[in-house]
Amino acid sequence: MSDTESLFNLNPSKIPAVSDGKHMGFAWGPGDILVYETLHKASGSSFIHEVRKDEDIYSPILRKLFNESHHIFVGLQTIREDLPSKSRKPQFVSISKNYRSVIRACMEELQQVAVSTKDGEASVCCLFQVSILLAIELIWNLCEVLFIDAAPAGSLLLHLLDWVRLHKADVDEKAREVLQSDSPAEHRDYWDVPSGTQTLTEFDVKWRHWHEEVDRCLQDNSFASNKHLEIICKLLLGDEDILLDHKELLGTWYHFLVTRLLFCHPTVKPAELHYYAQSCMTMFLDSRSVPEPLDSILLAAFEFDIHQVIKDCSIALNNWWFVAHLTDLLDHCKLLQSHNLHFGSNLREFLLLEYASGLFTHHSLWQLAVDYFDHCPEFGRVYLELQIERVPLDTERKALKVLRICEQRQMSEQVRSICKIMAMRALRNNRLGSALSWSIRAKDAAFATLISERFLQDYCTRGTFSDLDLIDNLGPAMLLSDRLTFLGKYREFHKLYEEKRFTEAAKLLLSLMTAKIAPRSFWMTLLTDALPLLEQKEVIFSADQTYELMYCLGELTSSLNSEATGTDRPMQVRISTYSLNPAQITVCKIKAF
Amino acid sequence: MESINAKYVSQKISKTRWRPVSHSFLQQPDIFASGSWDNEHNKISFWSIGSHGSSAMEDGFEGEPQLLCEQKHDGDVLDLQFLDQDRIVTASSTGAVTVFRHHQNSQTISIAQHWARAHHYPCDNAPCTGVVCSSPEIVTVGEDGRIIVFRADQEGVVRVIENADSSTIHAVTYLRTTEILTVNSIGQLKLWDFRQQSNSPSQILSLSGDRVPLHCVDRHPNQQHIVATGGQDGMLCVWDVRQGNTPFSLMEAHSAEMWEVHFHPTNPDHLFTCSEDGSLLHWETSSHSEMPSFLQGGRNSSMMSRSAMAPAGGNQSLISAWLSGDCSKGRLETSHMLPSQTLSVNSLDVLQQCLVCGTDGEAIFVNRQVPV
Repeated sequence: MSDTESLFNLNPSKIPAVSDGKHMGFAWGPGDILVYETLHKASGSSFIHEVRKDEDIYSPILRKLFNESHHIFVGLQTIREDLPSKSRKPQFVSISKNYRSVIRACMEELQQVAVSTKDGEASVCCLFQVSILLAIELIWNLCEVLFIDAAPAGSLLLHLLDWVRLHKADVDEKAREVLQSDSPAEHRDYWDVPSGTQTLTEFDVKWRHWHEEVDRCLQDNSFASNKHLEIICKLLLGDEDILLDHKELLGTWYHFLVTRLLFCHPTVKPAELHYYAQSCMTMFLDSRSVPEPLDSILLAAFEFDIHQVIKDCSIALNNWWFVAHLTDLLDHCKLLQSHNLHFGSNLREFLLLEYASGLFTHHSLWQLAVDYFDHCPEFGRVYLELQIERVPLDTERKALKVLRICEQRQMSEQVRSICKIMAMRALRNNRLGSALSWSIRAKDAAFATLISERFLQDYCTRGTFSDLDLIDNLGPAMLLSDRLTFLGKYREFHKLYEEKRFTEAAKLLLSLMTAKIAPRSFWMTLLTDALPLLEQKEVIFSADQTYELMYCLGELTSSLNSEATGTDRPMQVRISTYSLNPAQITVCKIKAF
Repeated sequence: MESINAKYVSQKISKTRWRPVSHSFLQQPDIFASGSWDNEHNKISFWSIGSHGSSAMEDGFEGEPQLLCEQKHDGDVLDLQFLDQDRIVTASSTGAVTVFRHHQNSQTISIAQHWARAHHYPCDNAPCTGVVCSSPEIVTVGEDGRIIVFRADQEGVVRVIENADSSTIHAVTYLRTTEILTVNSIGQLKLWDFRQQSNSPSQILSLSGDRVPLHCVDRHPNQQHIVATGGQDGMLCVWDVRQGNTPFSLMEAHSAEMWEVHFHPTNPDHLFTCSEDGSLLHWETSSHSEMPSFLQGGRNSSMMSRSAMAPAGGNQSLISAWLSGDCSKGRLETSHMLPSQTLSVNSLDVLQQCLVCGTDGEAIFVNRQVPV
């Protein structure tokens, strides 16, 4: 009986939270479904249930599988394509072994937890996962032997023996005991399985010779006295009936297959395998009408139908992890025909995209998914662009990491949008320095202007600047936006004034207007700021500068007047001038109300 | 260099810190604490590497960290420091600051002190980004730009500097017992003197070029005026806080954000940095016997040279090798400490000959034979 019975059955299960017989509505999500009871009455509380298809990514032990296999995956992608296939094959085999050792490590850890935990339900759950991993490793191992290692006739059987031994270690032990209990000496030559020293044909000849001899012994009834010896003889000849009599020892049909091959056809060729596989399976499972999903997957493997294997596994398992990684490895070994699927990408890419999309729904494992998307040449980038914007940004630290991912891939739109989100949040919390830092990162001039406006508004209402540590130290960031430049320079003007460097202050103030750095709306404030300088005992503004000041005032007035026609109370501007020295200086005093 | 192996722990590690060892015996560190982030349920954990052979090694090879105990933590662990042998302080993304006590006999963890929403906005939570302690004083900084001083045994807050910064303060370190240094996201270092009552920094230092956010800072263990910082562009800067307000040497270190920088506590010719680009670098500078007539800072030879100010004579005898950063003459060696292709290395700590670091690939690496 297969120990994975009923594992791969797809039983529709009830959603426990929804009461029996009620109507359900649902909506698809990226990796789950949202389900709700439809209530036709207004009263009563309604819940939304999240039904997750894939529980595996939330299991702490299986998480290690995802992380470790991600590491192996990334390493695999960097194997150079230009090396000859002869030197690449051992690398691929070693990578396949790495994957398998990761699976086994997870299995062992789950096994330990299942044994040590007191929680019955958790124990059952762990054992269930162990059996799934067992099946996965079984399939992967067979694929490695048949497809990746592509063992030729002769060593093929050795590999298959190892494969079966690994998975039926305890059963094999018992069988060995039976087989080795009597007359080991006669079979000494038999165990001299094909090593590198003899060719296949040499071995075949020797084996046939030995086989005939054993057969003759049996026919001669030389072992008739000892029942056990007779059985052993028949086993060695590969007598099907005797083998089938010991079904419980063999356990599975594939063990039966390999045993039979060992005794009847040790030099079996890969292409011949599926004949024997089919017949062995039929013989072994004659009581059952329909083979298990695992059985048909293994059979497809023996038939070297890679696509069938992948297809059946995709259906049977609830997580894309296995098929995605195996297909990727097989694709690197150049074993997959590049037939395109209907939606344009090839099989490998499709599976990787599905797997990575599932990872992206996980609150933590989304970072792994990025690398998978990177190695999907056709659609990976698009998928990543869509998914990365959905990652919730709770802290600045996380936002920085997401930004780095986007910047490394030149996703400028995503960079802008993330920076804008963070900047708006900072602005809302009155963290103007943070907001500016985000707009610098995104080179977002518009936002920098917005922040400067906030500063200037603050100044107008309160009469002083806030966050001086920021404005005083803008540095080259000042050039990001005109408004920001103005802010920096205006603050500079204030500093110069405080330091009583009036000439320089005056020059700066004037340049702010003449060079059109200052927004027109601020000119009134600037001109008002000029007043104390004008009222100083010493002359600060030169004649030219004074004329420029008046010109600016004039411009401002005319624009105000033209605007004023629409308002109820036209602003009256009275200019009174009085000269201290009519020949040289005209001091203008501007009053506006 | 001993090969370094990964221990996969099913949580993204944001901080790892060695438990301090007593200085009387030259004991190798054996216990470290880790904090996770970006999980639905974050945790702090204590691990043992069993160097004194007390804990049993059931599986794994010698030196693989064994989990001693763990405790649920509300929010991401954004910083973690050991207060003393039994207590750690954590900074949370919810804005809370918590002191945990590790009971060694029963291998349990309890909360000794908890300040919820220590860092906050008027309506929102503000993550607490950094914590530094000098028992019993604890200083924390956050995204809200506040600096808060606590005492481990008092429930209330000792002092708050409101609006210390208009941008996020990313890290803090002690300069002297009454002075701290903070770095922020507009590339400034600010010195704060607690003896003064004013709420403004006593000094502000920054790079004269772009305002690159700074993420980490560490002070030289013996010479209190030398400080190393790392920021968003992955540059390592070494500053002399007494002289001028520009860094003394700038070195290209990483290709992405540098998350942590640490001087080796007993052998400060060695410096360690880790980064978002997945690398952990070990910097070694050779201290030289003859003193140069004047110090010359500068950038790595691959960048255009930038002249630093020569100090006006004075104090030549305690010149640190870091300040004479003559990188082009090969006095500075860097080596990678991790196998390539890891996700971001978020944190590292080094003590004696042991180094521990945690990554976004949910792995912890321990190296017990760091060549220092």
